[in-house]
Amino acid sequence: MAAVDTDILEEPVTESGKGYWSGVGARLMRDPVTLICMAVILLLILSAIFAPYLGLADPYKGSMIARLKPIGTPGHILGTDEQGRDMLVRLIYGGRLTLFIGLTPVVLAFFIGGTLGIVAGYAGGWVNTVIMRTVDVFFAFPSVLLAIAISGALGAGIVNSLVSLTIVFIPPITRVSEAVTSGVRALDYIDAARASGANALTVIRVHVIGNVLSPIFVYATSLTSVCMILAAGLSFLGIGVRPPEPEWGLMLNTLRSAIYVNPWLSALPGMMIFVTSLCLNLLSDGVRSAMNVRD
Amino acid sequence: MFSYFLRRVILMLPVAFGVSVICFLLVQIAPGDPLTAIMPVDATADEQAAMRAIYGLDKPLPVQYAIWIGNLAQGDMGKSIATGRPVAGEVFGAVQNSLLLAASAAVIAFPIGIFLGFLAGYFRDTLLDRAVTAISIAGVSVPNYWLGIVLVIIFSVNLGWLPSMGAGPGGSQDWSWDWLHIRHLVLPAVTLAVVPIGIVARTVRALAGDLLTQDFVLALYAKGMSRGDVLRHVARNAAATALSVMGLQLGYLLGGSILIETVFNWPGSGFLLSNAIFQRDLPLLQGTILVLALFFVGMNLIVDVAQAAIDPRIKRS
Repeated sequence: MAAVDTDILEEPVTESGKGYWSGVGARLMRDPVTLICMAVILLLILSAIFAPYLGLADPYKGSMIARLKPIGTPGHILGTDEQGRDMLVRLIYGGRLTLFIGLTPVVLAFFIGGTLGIVAGYAGGWVNTVIMRTVDVFFAFPSVLLAIAISGALGAGIVNSLVSLTIVFIPPITRVSEAVTSGVRALDYIDAARASGANALTVIRVHVIGNVLSPIFVYATSLTSVCMILAAGLSFLGIGVRPPEPEWGLMLNTLRSAIYVNPWLSALPGMMIFVTSLCLNLLSDGVRSAMNVRD
Repeated sequence: MFSYFLRRVILMLPVAFGVSVICFLLVQIAPGDPLTAIMPVDATADEQAAMRAIYGLDKPLPVQYAIWIGNLAQGDMGKSIATGRPVAGEVFGAVQNSLLLAASAAVIAFPIGIFLGFLAGYFRDTLLDRAVTAISIAGVSVPNYWLGIVLVIIFSVNLGWLPSMGAGPGGSQDWSWDWLHIRHLVLPAVTLAVVPIGIVARTVRALAGDLLTQDFVLALYAKGMSRGDVLRHVARNAAATALSVMGLQLGYLLGGSILIETVFNWPGSGFLLSNAIFQRDLPLLQGTILVLALFFVGMNLIVDVAQAAIDPRIKRS
């Protein structure tokens, strides 16, 4: 009898301690698709980070006599590219730049757009008007067009790609974070906090951020796949990473000339982009439903 | 209805203004002096200053913008640095080809997307639903420039059924509706259709799923209405949202065809844009982007108005 009572008493204590996040974790653990995608992404990130320590061949060193070897050639499991460089090595090294340029802009846009949106949503008035009308203008450009326009004007290069993609993803994140923030702003406890004399920064820090962060975060994760595809697309067009750096989009571009010689080999880098973006999408969907965020 | 239309147009004007400012600034953020492309290397400082005055580059930015927008209003978008031809003519020729491609992709994508999405929404949580969901996730995840290459490998390289390059036999630029030209359209249009199929299917699935569980559907069945008639009511309710998603997708198709046009050497606006980028032909870059963006803004306006025409509830909010 006593044991039952303490169970009842202790149950809510453990729940309130880490209730939400342990619930999210438990839901993720029951979702095999999301777990697999998480594992794939983790593997790609780890192999990208540790590529130089894996004892792989030199990704820049080609061989005139070993050009465009087919998939399955001894010594070159995935064949060689148009300059005789090992495909497997270049695909592994290619993940470094592709993932870096594909994911960094969303992270930057998350901080910049999130801040802009929270400020606009909390402040309201003319601050809101200025920020949101500016954002509206950027919405007049399809994202691909905007990325290519800015990158095209700035010229090729890693930093330019990061800049143009960050600019592309700030407006959508700002819009979402403004929407959730003005929703929270209208709630009574914000009025109560303000009435108690807290200044704007304190109210945002203590009462707003915690309530708006997860929808903004989940939305940002849903953009990672598009960002990856766009980043590789810029390199594919020749306005992203410069040769001879290994990068999946750029590799896809340079191998196009080999399409009649060794067709499936030339499709490999794109396959990597597809698998990564698919996993990012499925992972984002899984996290969204685990976190119970509705859109 | 007309006052609603007018209100939307007035709301659109500041956006169009902003778009023109961004396009104007594109040239300003470009590294290097716009004159280096046209001036000889050994030009003296005086000659450079004279040229700067001719192009109006010595004036302050707002004045330059005013001159640019004034010329624009008269249909003058400047001259291409690479070819010396007026930008307006080049852009409109190319945009027509892009529109043809985008519209063909839309004709393929929208019926398929609606059909798949409706099936999934109607048979929610069945194997069919899962299959459609998988297709639409794959559709939105695929880098379509890669898919284009894969289709070329299958249908041009291996099977030899369809051409992989250009918009007509022998790189012909003039479009006509015969099989010799249409076969050039097939692969790029199908490639371009894949992403909107995924997005439309996803939207329609969610819409159909939501609407079918609502009380009015039950009420219609209860009063003895046939299944087909009930579905007509559901379709009418879903139409406005579905239409707006499709309208936006058409705009995205036009802007997003750049990569596909590069893959297939399709002589459209994307092809023009990549030429402009590589020749550092900034007036051409600026003009192409402006036209595409304004087209997208116009598309948004049409979608808004059409949505209100279909669903009177939108006008009131």
